[in-house]
Amino acid sequence: MIESIVIPMEHGLLLAAVLFSIGLLGVLVRRNIILILMSLEIMLNACGLAFVVVGAHWGQADGQIMFMLILSIAAAEVAVGLGLLLQAYRRFSSLDIDLANRMRG
Amino acid sequence: MADIVFLIPLMPLLGFTILFITLGNLPKPLVGLVGVGSIAISAIVVLLVGLEFLSLQEPQAYSVSLYTWMNLGGFTPKVSFYIDGLTLTMMFVITGVGLLIHIYSALFMYDDDDYSRFFSYMNLFVSAMLVLVLADNLLLLFVGWEGVGLCSYLLVGFWHFDSNNGAAARKAFVVTRIGDTAMALGMFLLFLHLGTLDFQPMAHKAAVLWQPGDSTITIACLLLVGGAVGKSAQLPLQTWLPDAMAGPTPVSALIHAATMVTAGVYLIARTHGLFLLAPTALLVVAIIGAITLLMAAFTAMTQTDIKRILAYSTISQIGYMFLALGVGAWSSAIFHLMTHAFFKALLFLGAGAVIYSLHHEHNIFRMGGLRKKMPVAFWSFLIGSAALAALPLTSGYFSKDAILISAFQQPDFGIWFWGAGILGALLTAIYSFRLFFIVFFGEMKTEPEQPAGWLMAGPLVILCLLAAAGGWLVVPVSDVFPVAGAIDHSGLVPLVTTSIPVVGVIIAYLIFLRHSFDVQPMLDSAAGQLLIRFWFSHWGMDWLYNRMIVKPYVTVTQFNKRDVVDSLYQFIAETILLAHDFVTTSQTGQMRTYAVVMVAGLVVIFAIFVGLFTGVQP
Repeated sequence: MIESIVIPMEHGLLLAAVLFSIGLLGVLVRRNIILILMSLEIMLNACGLAFVVVGAHWGQADGQIMFMLILSIAAAEVAVGLGLLLQAYRRFSSLDIDLANRMRG
Repeated sequence: MADIVFLIPLMPLLGFTILFITLGNLPKPLVGLVGVGSIAISAIVVLLVGLEFLSLQEPQAYSVSLYTWMNLGGFTPKVSFYIDGLTLTMMFVITGVGLLIHIYSALFMYDDDDYSRFFSYMNLFVSAMLVLVLADNLLLLFVGWEGVGLCSYLLVGFWHFDSNNGAAARKAFVVTRIGDTAMALGMFLLFLHLGTLDFQPMAHKAAVLWQPGDSTITIACLLLVGGAVGKSAQLPLQTWLPDAMAGPTPVSALIHAATMVTAGVYLIARTHGLFLLAPTALLVVAIIGAITLLMAAFTAMTQTDIKRILAYSTISQIGYMFLALGVGAWSSAIFHLMTHAFFKALLFLGAGAVIYSLHHEHNIFRMGGLRKKMPVAFWSFLIGSAALAALPLTSGYFSKDAILISAFQQPDFGIWFWGAGILGALLTAIYSFRLFFIVFFGEMKTEPEQPAGWLMAGPLVILCLLAAAGGWLVVPVSDVFPVAGAIDHSGLVPLVTTSIPVVGVIIAYLIFLRHSFDVQPMLDSAAGQLLIRFWFSHWGMDWLYNRMIVKPYVTVTQFNKRDVVDSLYQFIAETILLAHDFVTTSQTGQMRTYAVVMVAGLVVIFAIFVGLFTGVQP
């Protein structure tokens, strides 16, 4: 019998927080739309990880169900995001998000 | 015949409607036919109604009710017409003189581009004027009253491409509106106390409710007088009439001489039952009349514009009518109204013929010697001026004589009223024959062209007959007014009254035709110049009103140009705009900035919630 190795919940949550921060930082500092979308994915997955960790801690399946939900939302979001990206590229001939500032003022 | 009375005001209204909706697309002869024809039908109906009324052994006044105008808690003014001797007299004048003037205008205005518009306004005017005199109650009278005011405005400003004409029209409208406001207040006051505005019940109820001299009825009557002086161009609201001469000459003849300006006289005559209860108001009417007739007569002596002379003489003659009303000589006032309509329409149309032939020349000193070239105008002016001056046996003689002798018999101030009237009569004779001698005698200064056609000559001839012989007509108003005291024709007073116009004509003859006296040094002296300028500007009334009312008003409006009250709301709007500018600076359009702000906000909110739920004070 292999003694199960229990990873403390705090470690899991810490990892999730670090991942979320990396993602957020990416969204804030990146100018390339593709990389922003990728950063968003990281943030979503960080949330999913937090749900799973907390679900495992309380021995409930809800956390994993929420992760499924987040996955499907992420898929939809990517579809929309890529669509927008294509349009933005067509219009600005560039993927620089700062060029899309026509709503100023 | 009672069932066709409604046709009288309806036909001109129909004419107006046809001309108005076709917007000048009809050919000119057809326009003339509609414009003149509608008045002609109306005149025929008036003739039928009048003949039937007068052929009765004892003419009985009757009213024709068309429908109830509105029903407001016991106040049920009806659209109903009242036929009696007074109404008939007025209708004969309006449709008779109106028809002649319309026929005249058919030629006079033929070259005008807005021929159709002219006739549509004229028809509307006649319709409104007929409603005014037919009305059975004050409210319906007021409808006609405002209707004629509107038409006066439209027709004075008929040649609106000249902004001076527009200003004259506006002046006429605004000044009469002051009087109309007073009249409306008078109507409110009467309705408040009497509960009705129908003329006959009103007079009966007032006689029961008030003693003669009661202050309420006096105030009500004075307010009505306010309306009358506005419409009839009497002191202190007479300044609009001379400017109203900016309109076409037939308009001056019809509206500003024969009919509309006498509406004030008609109003007071119609409500004489109320005025008999207010002796003070009647005295005020007489004083207004006496002062106005003198002021206007002095001014007419100095004018040089042919139409302005006639305008001031109109003011002066209406002053006589007011004097007659004030001393209780009701039927003399109406008689003078009728004869004045004849001879003043004649004079205006004659002046129109002169102006027409001399290419819109108005200055009498650039006319002269027209006697041979324009015989019809010459005879028109001769007869018209004789009637205006009240030379014996002309129509004006009979009416003015009756007024002056009645004025003399007024118990309190009779001698003063008579004296004013006599002085006015002398001046009238001088200024009317001054005009006549200067225009038709002496050397010719402008060659007349464009001889007037028979359409213009015909009405002039008929009016000549009326002005000359109109004095033998009898005004059928004996049943309308209380019986006046018998006029005493013996003694010195009637002799003086009769002879004074002759003296005036002789003076005018000696000065302006024979040049027997050299009046030039007198005119050139400092005092003479001052007096002439004073009289020429109509006693400085326009100047006074400009200084007293127009200038202060304009100053206040300049001061309040930005609207003091509105500035509060303007402040609110400007504050919001400022806040708007401030907030819009946050809208950079930079997606990443938004993300940063959003994250910062989220962090703050989380911090607050964490603090709240864990009890840590921030």
